Amino acid sequence: MTASEKYTAAAYLVVFVGVLAYVVIIASKLQRLQREVARLVELAKDRQHG
Amino acid sequence: MVAGGCLVLFTAALALVFFYAPTDANQGLSQRIFYFHVPLAFTAYACFGWGAWKALRHLWKRDPEADLESYVAIHQGVIFGALTLATGSIWAKISWGVWWSWGEDQLVLFLVLFLFYCAYFMLRYSVDPGPQRANMCAVYALFGVALIPVSFLAIRLSKSFIHPVVFTSHGYEMTNSQFLTFCVCLAAMLSLFATLYSIELAGKRLDASLRELRELLA
Repeated sequence: MTASEKYTAAAYLVVFVGVLAYVVIIASKLQRLQREVARLVELAKDRQHG
Repeated sequence: MVAGGCLVLFTAALALVFFYAPTDANQGLSQRIFYFHVPLAFTAYACFGWGAWKALRHLWKRDPEADLESYVAIHQGVIFGALTLATGSIWAKISWGVWWSWGEDQLVLFLVLFLFYCAYFMLRYSVDPGPQRANMCAVYALFGVALIPVSFLAIRLSKSFIHPVVFTSHGYEMTNSQFLTFCVCLAAMLSLFATLYSIELAGKRLDASLRELRELLA
């Protein structure tokens, strides 16, 4: 692998990893929000029955 | 829909970059960094411009959603800006032999623009949420947008530079196949911005609604 190929691959990898990291962070935040929704639904049910 | 379009455009962009666009006679394979590096920079400008437009909407029309939309656009702009700096640095190393050149107006002004918008988050998180914070952030976002034409035109006004100029007043300095590849890459990058922007905005809105609900149930 030549130096030119290595650097080109590195540049494209940086973009891929950067976008992937962002998507992973957003996905984990959405999972947290899903858990929060489920918790609030449970709380609302308890209020209704109690 | 937007995410699907983004996926199609990225597949087409990568195919064009590696199988269609001709290899540059001077720079060889490393010139292909251009097809992602420049669209990333243009998309960062678009994000900051969109953020400033939403900031103006907030100040002018008092649109309640505009502050959050402006914040998300600037957040995206900083991400695209960081990727522009990273890919540009890698390209500089293989082309010029250095990771960074402080003598280049284009590079330094883009860094200034990037750091200016990084400081936006310091301002935002140092003030309590409310109308005052929204107003301060909107004014800051509007000031920052003035740096975009300066950053873009710097390379054209500069007397001595090594950073290549592709878009001049006479048109584009590349072959038609290279220009087509560049346009598809730019469309792919803008669609990525649209996708990430809508996902992050939906998440932020959901978070705000949940906070309200939590307070109501408390």
